Amino acid sequence: MEREMVYLDHSATTQVDEEVMDTYVRANLNFWGNASSLHNFGALAEQVLIRSSRQMLTLLNANDHQMIFTSGATESNNLAIKGLAPNHLRGHVITTQIEHPSVYEVCLELEKKGLQMSYLDVKQSVAEMIRQLEEMIRPDTFLVSCMHVNSEMGLVLPIEEIGKVVAKYPRVKFHVDAVQSVGKLPVDMASSQIDLLSASAHKIHGIKGMGCLVVRKGLRLLPQIAGGGQMDGLRSGTVHVAGAASFAKAMRLVIEGQAEAFKRMQRLFDYTVKQLRHIEGVQVNSQFSCQSPYIVNFYVQGIRGETLVHALSEHDVYVSAKSACSSKSKKASYVLLALGFDEQVATESLRVSFAQETTLEEIDAFLEVLREEVKRLR
Amino acid sequence: MVYDRILVRYGELSIKGKNRKIFKNALHRAIRFKLKPFAALTFEITRDRFYIILNGVDANVVSEKLNEVFGLQSYSLAAKTENDIDAIKKLALEVITEQYPGPTTFKVETKRADKSFFMQSGDISRSVGGHLLANTHNLIVNVHQPDMILNIEVRREGSFVMAGRVKGLGGFPVGSSGKGLLMISGGIDSPVAGYLLQKRGVEIEAIHFASPPYTSERSLQKVVDLLKKVAVYAATGEIKLHIVPFTKLQEAIHQHMPDHYEMTIMRRMMYRIAEGVAKNHDIMVLANGESLGQVASQTLASMNAINAVTAMPIIRPVATYDKLEIIDVAQKIDTYETSILPFEDCCTIFVPKSPATHPTQALCEQYEAMVDFTDLIADCIKQVETRIISIVEMEETLAEIDALL
Repeated sequence: MEREMVYLDHSATTQVDEEVMDTYVRANLNFWGNASSLHNFGALAEQVLIRSSRQMLTLLNANDHQMIFTSGATESNNLAIKGLAPNHLRGHVITTQIEHPSVYEVCLELEKKGLQMSYLDVKQSVAEMIRQLEEMIRPDTFLVSCMHVNSEMGLVLPIEEIGKVVAKYPRVKFHVDAVQSVGKLPVDMASSQIDLLSASAHKIHGIKGMGCLVVRKGLRLLPQIAGGGQMDGLRSGTVHVAGAASFAKAMRLVIEGQAEAFKRMQRLFDYTVKQLRHIEGVQVNSQFSCQSPYIVNFYVQGIRGETLVHALSEHDVYVSAKSACSSKSKKASYVLLALGFDEQVATESLRVSFAQETTLEEIDAFLEVLREEVKRLR
Repeated sequence: MVYDRILVRYGELSIKGKNRKIFKNALHRAIRFKLKPFAALTFEITRDRFYIILNGVDANVVSEKLNEVFGLQSYSLAAKTENDIDAIKKLALEVITEQYPGPTTFKVETKRADKSFFMQSGDISRSVGGHLLANTHNLIVNVHQPDMILNIEVRREGSFVMAGRVKGLGGFPVGSSGKGLLMISGGIDSPVAGYLLQKRGVEIEAIHFASPPYTSERSLQKVVDLLKKVAVYAATGEIKLHIVPFTKLQEAIHQHMPDHYEMTIMRRMMYRIAEGVAKNHDIMVLANGESLGQVASQTLASMNAINAVTAMPIIRPVATYDKLEIIDVAQKIDTYETSILPFEDCCTIFVPKSPATHPTQALCEQYEAMVDFTDLIADCIKQVETRIISIVEMEETLAEIDALL
């Protein structure tokens, strides 16, 4: 049977939208000046940048913030955390154990240099987590960094509640890694009282190599890249103007379609979970009370996750085992371990992740191939 | 966003008896011109209010444009509902929860223009205030120094809820006070002078003295770039620029006049030419960016000797400003970075080593009598090249950019 490929790995990356690509091409052809040049042609590029920033800030309801364009969310996370870490490298940071490596590893690095870390237990109920957070905040705490949606499990963390607590302490800043939530769930920087937010273009049908850090105005960061002082001195380097324009476009498109897609995604999620349960030996891991419908994580007893990824890809069905960024290491997923799953499940689980264009037919095709392969491999 | 309209309050206009109508119309024109790119907007005009109905257009983008209009005292984002106390309460709660960072103290002020409404102003305020207190956290009433005043207006056409008020630029709508000719060199001061003139309602045209090949094309381009920034505040987004071919006259001055009087006499020539150009274009006043005491040409003695050549009034908006005060305005109107670009202009070429700081009118006249400048001056006035500097072209490009996004 001839059919197109089934791509269910949208949390790893997405295909660039044609309209977004069109913006990228046109911005490169028509507004290729250097945004820092003083002449009019440079000023046009600067206008593209200003307008892109403004559009994105509006979409994120970031009414008291400025936009820093970066090479991706990894750089944004690095800038947010290292940039806030005081020079003398003492102080205390609160984060979780399920962060993306670009937060987690940065925290480990800072810990080696003398900073102290506390990790929120995300297994608890929201009320318990908030209580724990309040107990954790110390006089030398300067940052709470917390992802919005976990990329492996789709677990949604209560950033609005956390933001409320953090806002009570003016010296403590609140950073949110929103890579997996922008365009999928409502992200409102004002009402969640977020000081810094990281996002990435290629997760929302934008181009790769483009990210942003949204920073509350007046907040002082130590730049991690020094040079010509672009982006208000916070991120030097000739600004990727066309990238910024295409990011703004991608964000607008995905957020405009967000509410409707969310409803549809919930139906797809429920359907997928139900169908997976019917397969013998399958256990669905991602069913939290706060769950993003864009991500389903499951465990197939007796077959190694990696084996299944390869088997499915023979049929042009693409899913992933652990997150792509860390899937080259053989270790068990630290995310699943932190969420209380045993070593076996944490090593052998699979993830399917959706995007707005995902169809029921694709999911059916995936399920069919999965059933077939599970039967064959057992 | 809960807001569906912007309420615009008129500036000093409110106190201008008979001229009020002229000013009001000029302001309406200016606002409509500024908002032309947003086709979806509609406008409602009442006696002392001007409403911009957003129809889905982003309020932030619109308010950014309003911040470029003179004659506008203040404006508020507003939401409309029916004349029903429960609807008003509900809307007030929505408005106050949308504020960020949320106010901690507030006060409700009500105006009941529609006297047929069953509650009195005070009762409405208390009732809405009570509703807000019951449905929010950390919010208390403070009638003396509130963080935020929530305004409610009950009018025949509906009830409006507004939070806070944004200050506009003030002043008078550009064009409501007639026309002035601004002498612009490319420095920091003259664009600021142009901005301040427009603030008081003066429509400006500009005059620039070019001395190629001593001054370059880039120096002229700099003036054009500066005027584009100043034209943002012009009623139609356009400023006429009169370019004077000054080379021959300036060479003659350099050749025949004594060094220490060269600069004074050059400026006297400029005023003569500016006056001639102004008369040709029905302009009644000259203006420039002179500031007292900064350089030799700006001592009071110098000003006196130079000014003597014309009877036309000369407005010097920044005469009493400190340099830093001028720079502040220049940065605000985004001309500073362009102004400090290092190109020669006609005031920086042939600069004598020690110009006279206390020139006299008598000596000027004595020196000038040695050469017949009449034809050279007349040629300058006759050969003026006039260009229209417009932001419209820029607006079109901006529309193109917006279409990209």
